[in-house]
Amino acid sequence: MMDNKMICTDLFENVVEDGATVGFAFLGRLPYYRGLGLSMIEDIQVAVDGEAIARDAIRFSVHGKTYTLDEMETVYDDRWNFGEKARIVALKPGGLAPGKHRIEFAVRMRVSYLPFVPTTKDSKELALAA
Amino acid sequence: MSDIKRGVSLYSFQNETFQGKMTLEDCVRTCAEMGAMGIEIIGEQSFWGWPEVGVEESVIAEWHALMRKYGTTPVSHDFMLDYKRYKGREMPFDEQVASVRNDVDFGARLGMKYIRALVSIAPEVLVAAAPYAEEKGIKILIEVHAPLHFDHPWIIRHAEAYEKSGSAALGFLPDMGMFLHAYPRVWKEKFMRLGVPRDIADYVEKAYADRVLSEYVILNVQQMGGTGPAIAMAEVMRHNAAFEPKRMLDFMPRIHNVHGKFYEMTADYVEPSIPYDEIIRVLRQGGYSGYICSEYEGNRWIEDAEEPDSVEQVRRQQVMLANLIGEPAPQLQAA
Repeated sequence: MMDNKMICTDLFENVVEDGATVGFAFLGRLPYYRGLGLSMIEDIQVAVDGEAIARDAIRFSVHGKTYTLDEMETVYDDRWNFGEKARIVALKPGGLAPGKHRIEFAVRMRVSYLPFVPTTKDSKELALAA
Repeated sequence: MSDIKRGVSLYSFQNETFQGKMTLEDCVRTCAEMGAMGIEIIGEQSFWGWPEVGVEESVIAEWHALMRKYGTTPVSHDFMLDYKRYKGREMPFDEQVASVRNDVDFGARLGMKYIRALVSIAPEVLVAAAPYAEEKGIKILIEVHAPLHFDHPWIIRHAEAYEKSGSAALGFLPDMGMFLHAYPRVWKEKFMRLGVPRDIADYVEKAYADRVLSEYVILNVQQMGGTGPAIAMAEVMRHNAAFEPKRMLDFMPRIHNVHGKFYEMTADYVEPSIPYDEIIRVLRQGGYSGYICSEYEGNRWIEDAEEPDSVEQVRRQQVMLANLIGEPAPQLQAA
């Protein structure tokens, strides 16, 4: 559900810290009819042009706070709300070249009432401005 | 004309609200325009922050202002109780009860009469929270939802626990999806888009209509050469079945709200897969006087092919419901 609405098209940029390009960022939404506390986000997977980004190279930001995926597992006081656009950063030294890139984005979530742990995926081509 | 009242669960508009195309006010106004005056919500869908962060009083005040402005009535806050909040261990019992009490409070703040409990929640948790719900004037209703149904031992356990507790604050919220009397067309079409050959899709649809046991259907699909999505199309039958609406009759004293689940409403106001005429007949026979809240769930079955028009789908169901309960509803005509 909401699979094709996970990757938002309103932001796609390189991330620059202290003068160095350290990765790229886009906005992602939780593919679900409600929000979830961050501890129930089991995994977020990102790939660009077929290249998977390592789990420890992904950062998740909402409400002015940034988390690693491991940190999120014990966050009980913050949420990824329904339809809320989180900033997803993939650390990749040098970032991405301007132009079109195929982004893949998957979220695995622990849903109390489901007898399985769903992973939902989206894939979109986004254009990075020069 | 019966005493049955019409409402909408704002779950129905999830495709629009997720994308910011409808605000909470848009949803409430839309319901009021359809004469569906009962409003049900999933608290954490309609109110960002709930439950882990909380919701400010000013936001609750806005909710009540909306109810006054449109003359609508708060019916139910559907809570989730994430007992798997902690990785690798289930939430302890006392914390689960405290979590339900927290949702009782939230429901009371919103002026709800009911809060909805998901069907997987243990009866002991709800029984332990019942005295607090009584104090707050709230009833906790477990949602009887496919694949569960009123003859399933898990639901029987709930019913027995409620009777033993003696609390009037515990009850049921049946979801009409458990009375799925035909394989939904939107499901079949989705599976065909995923690659299921027409002969297999036709067979599964027919086997469902013939009430063939799911396990036989799955084997037959395998022997027809079905793989992947074809098996999945048959496996759906493990989780859905045409249970009989009349099974609700034994539980009427504890049924206080109804989910008007639907997957598709045709232009002539028919839900091809759920027997609403029979459902309304049974509810009337049982003296039901609560709300039937529309719950549109076709969105997720068509969104890969077309943008759902949730408002039109709900409007059509509301026309059907108004007709079936004998309510004159001129405001429901298409614009």
